[in-house]
Amino acid sequence: MSGSAATAVPQREARLRSESSAVRRRRIGTALTYSVLLAIAVVYIFPFVIAVVTAFKTEPDATANPLSLVPSPATTTAFHQLYKDQDFLVWVKNSAIVTLSVTFLRVFLDSLAGYALARLRFRGRGAAFATIVAVMAVPGVVLLIPKFLMIRQLGMYDTYYGMIVPLLVDAAGVFIMKNFFESIPVSVEESARIDGASIFRIYWSIVLPMARPALVTIFILSFQGSWNELAQFIISAQSTSLNTLTKGVAQLASGQLGVGNRYPLKLAASVLMTIPVAILFFVFQRRIMNASAGAVKE
Amino acid sequence: MAAITFDSVTKTYGDGFRAVSDLDLDVADGEFVVLVGPSGCGKTTALRMLAGLEEISGGEIRIGERVVNNLPPRDRDVAMVFQNYALYPHMTVAENIGFALRMRKVPKPEARKRIEETARIIGLLDHLDRKPRQLSGGQRQRVAMGRAIVREPQVFLMDEPLSNLDAKLRVQMRAEISRIQRQLRVTTVYVTHDQVEAMTMGDRVAVLRRGVLQQFDAPQRLYERPANLFVASFIGSPAMNVLEAALERNGDGLAARVGSSVLPLADRRAELAGYAGRRIALGIRPEALGEDDARSNGNHGHLPGVVRAVEALGPEQLAHVEVEATPVLAEDVLEGLVDTEEARELAEIKSDGADARALVVARLDASTTVRPDERVDLAVDLRKLHFFDLDSGAAIGA
Repeated sequence: MSGSAATAVPQREARLRSESSAVRRRRIGTALTYSVLLAIAVVYIFPFVIAVVTAFKTEPDATANPLSLVPSPATTTAFHQLYKDQDFLVWVKNSAIVTLSVTFLRVFLDSLAGYALARLRFRGRGAAFATIVAVMAVPGVVLLIPKFLMIRQLGMYDTYYGMIVPLLVDAAGVFIMKNFFESIPVSVEESARIDGASIFRIYWSIVLPMARPALVTIFILSFQGSWNELAQFIISAQSTSLNTLTKGVAQLASGQLGVGNRYPLKLAASVLMTIPVAILFFVFQRRIMNASAGAVKE
Repeated sequence: MAAITFDSVTKTYGDGFRAVSDLDLDVADGEFVVLVGPSGCGKTTALRMLAGLEEISGGEIRIGERVVNNLPPRDRDVAMVFQNYALYPHMTVAENIGFALRMRKVPKPEARKRIEETARIIGLLDHLDRKPRQLSGGQRQRVAMGRAIVREPQVFLMDEPLSNLDAKLRVQMRAEISRIQRQLRVTTVYVTHDQVEAMTMGDRVAVLRRGVLQQFDAPQRLYERPANLFVASFIGSPAMNVLEAALERNGDGLAARVGSSVLPLADRRAELAGYAGRRIALGIRPEALGEDDARSNGNHGHLPGVVRAVEALGPEQLAHVEVEATPVLAEDVLEGLVDTEEARELAEIKSDGADARALVVARLDASTTVRPDERVDLAVDLRKLHFFDLDSGAAIGA
């Protein structure tokens, strides 16, 4: 009895030793993993940090120490210049008009088309959907010249219409909405039909509120896409009064001889430009939730 | 309220599959009719055609005097309760119940009054501001009922509304739906695959199989006088025992020979006499089989066997007894068995050995002391036998 107790103690110690070394190994592994992840994160976030910091630098400082993370001295001159010397507010206004129009109308039209393709039975439905999917495979740049020609032909060149209309519907949005509508139980719509709702009423009052997660996705994608759109605005307008933020900033970035590199000015504009999209992401990520909970027994 | 008529109604899909064939059904004004049958029998299709959710391939459906074949659902004045409730998840209980009134442009004060009245009937007056996800399964089911009730339609349609509830709640809601229907006297067509629901709720029950109406009768009559082997097997739990029997002359009467047992028949129907000398399917309900005791008298025959299993259910016991007999394994019987395990057991016994042996279920007293592997002499109540044509499956003399 005492003999077995005597051998049990070293055995327990050996087990504890091997357990603690396993714990140590696990901790080292975790630390290594996080170090690698941190390094990758820094590499990704570094350009943005540089942009923010440079916006607060003086031009000589930005030229001399472009990668320094501490502005010396820190100044908001670049922001003042943006308002004073550039049409920054005009760019913001134009971007807001185009982006909000495109976003709201695209959410509406994409969902309408998605609903029709998901639920309505009509001749050519399959072909229509196949065409939409095929369009997704065409690079946007290929369509720039045809779009330009059409905009000119329709008399929309150099107007808000020319900037907005070509962006109103996108194949990816229709595709996302169609797939989402198909996941909504048909019985909910049938119930509404029996209750006396028309097809549009079912779409508007029943299905659309249930499709909130997909709508939020389309909303974010549309907002981000049209806010950051450049090529479409280049081909659809030339007046400076129709410049959007992207066009304005791009012109700043391309620079003019004799005005210096103007890093702080360009990056201040870029930083301000990212704010609306960033806010949108923060607001909406909380709102993406399952909107059909409780509709049917699963 | 209105009567409903199915006149030779047929539903054929694009691929040629016939879901409903020549269905004739007359539902009286205010009646509660249940459509019952195994899955794929066409009961839901029939209901959906009545609702207007499915096109009719042939025949005519009338609600009241109106032919509704080409009317959209909203013009048929029907309300439907779906199997999965189909509530509007973003609306409150009150909005769910009131949606149909909103669509019909009922003035708000009147709509509010009707919503509250409905909520009182379904017992959800305190939950009007809740969303469906905040309700239990039973409460959601009530909201679905409420949505139908508030419309005050001519017809209620219910598509397996209780199948998603647990057993206890199902029993409770069964009584609740029956109570509401009796209170409102709205003509109701109710679809279920559960024969207990069908038997307990319906004024009349229509049994369907493969799109064809098998029998349309009062529940008790379905049980006591099934029109064919399918109905006999489908209605009743445990299912009717169906054995092959040779019909023989026995003095001036008839007797059925089952294995080596001879059961003198009390039934003297002329149609039965025509089957003398032929083999028939003999149906015996579990309660027509008992232990042979002093109570057995001239009305009882005997069927000896070996007990294979005993299930104690509290007030009674079910004994599974292997007897010398050939089970009828016609498709009519197997398809009618709700319990697939039961069907499998039957088939296994049959293939077990050279001697024909069948497993029968007897409903015995709780006080019975039979044990597995014991020999038992079952008393057969000769007044409660059912006879079917072995080839067609039709009840003899029905």
